[in-house]
Amino acid sequence: MEWRWDFTWEILPRMLWATGNTLMAAGVGYLIAVIVGLLLMLGQRTPYRLVNFIVREVVEFIRSTPLLVQLFFVFFVAPQFGIKLSAWTAGMLTIGLHFGTYLSEVYRGALEGVPKAQWEACRALNFTTAYTYRKIVLPQAFPIALPGMGNYLVGIFKDTPLLATIGVAELMHTANALGAETYRYLEPYTMVGFIFLIISLPTAMGLRRLEAAVDRAQGKTRY
Amino acid sequence: MSYLEFLSEYLPKLVSGAGMTVMVMICATVLAVVISIIFGLMRLSSNFTIQTAATVYIEFFRGTSLLVQLYWIYYVLPLMGLTLSPFVSGVLALGLNFGAYGAEVFRGGIQSVPRGQYEAAIALNMSPAKRMLRIIIPQTFSLILPPAANLTVELLKATALVALITVVDLMFVAKQLNATTWLSAQVFGTTLIVYYVMARFGLIPFLRSLEGRAARMVGKS
Repeated sequence: MEWRWDFTWEILPRMLWATGNTLMAAGVGYLIAVIVGLLLMLGQRTPYRLVNFIVREVVEFIRSTPLLVQLFFVFFVAPQFGIKLSAWTAGMLTIGLHFGTYLSEVYRGALEGVPKAQWEACRALNFTTAYTYRKIVLPQAFPIALPGMGNYLVGIFKDTPLLATIGVAELMHTANALGAETYRYLEPYTMVGFIFLIISLPTAMGLRRLEAAVDRAQGKTRY
Repeated sequence: MSYLEFLSEYLPKLVSGAGMTVMVMICATVLAVVISIIFGLMRLSSNFTIQTAATVYIEFFRGTSLLVQLYWIYYVLPLMGLTLSPFVSGVLALGLNFGAYGAEVFRGGIQSVPRGQYEAAIALNMSPAKRMLRIIIPQTFSLILPPAANLTVELLKATALVALITVVDLMFVAKQLNATTWLSAQVFGTTLIVYYVMARFGLIPFLRSLEGRAARMVGKS
């Protein structure tokens, strides 16, 4: 089968429109994941050991089961309980929850990466807990969390094609539809691959630069 | 239908699907390990062409989505005259994708062996192959295994995607049961639990025991 450029140009507008949807799905999913991750991290640091234990086990469960199955679970099961979820809502919620568990681990690692002595010094200086977090701990934890947070941004972006399986009109879904309409799969699928590549590679490089810039701003150097 | 009745009727089907999931996982892991070692070593080559080829491969497979790669291998390769069965396509896509991630892990492991070890091996007049096999690689095991274990768990989860190219694995059986019984909560809930049990009580303890063994091998534990 020959590559046809005229066909490529013909479907390009629809592919680009779908790329917009993919980016939106990744952005919204990431936003939810960042917040859910924060809640799940805090849920493991409460004074109640039972709560910590339950949240920990839930995180483990979500982390060790496939996103695809979770998508189907949310999309098909919610209506059985009378909750009508569109494919978009179900997809965003599932991605947010799934990657939220990963981000909670990133946050946890970052907080634990701040030396204990920093806490003790703040206690000695009679700072309040809130002030300690805001001015001392979080600014130091942020650069530690940044690489992980960046990786999962790209990770979410690369997992958005799974949304096609429940009918979200993103890139993969559009490529499937174009293939079914025209019986040409070569161009749509190849274009999807290249669009992913030209977005994820510069994003990953930009994130590396951002990490370096944050490190420099804090007077650290990384090798 | 009570949940127990559901289990007695459909659990055997789900478990047979899980058998296929395990098969896909084992084949893909073997392929990924081989690719990781080959491309990890290529990344370290001083030959510019070899190094660039490895970098292009790794960045390509890490930069695009696994589902896209899977569809491309299964739907586009036949158009170019290479028809692969769903199983082979699935194993190939998973192996190539995770091999790219694994190659970086392997490279990192090799690079973190102290320089003095190379120098000592050279001083003892070891051949490059012997130096690698006897001195360098054994020391990387304990460093590589924790990140490699994470990748292996990710691979187990990623096998669910092969259901989309009609490999009859756990996810495929679940979709089928869902379409015939419409007991979505039971079907997908049980499927999630089966995946969880496989990862938490099968794969993860196995990988931890490997990590422990590797740590003892180099005298760290």
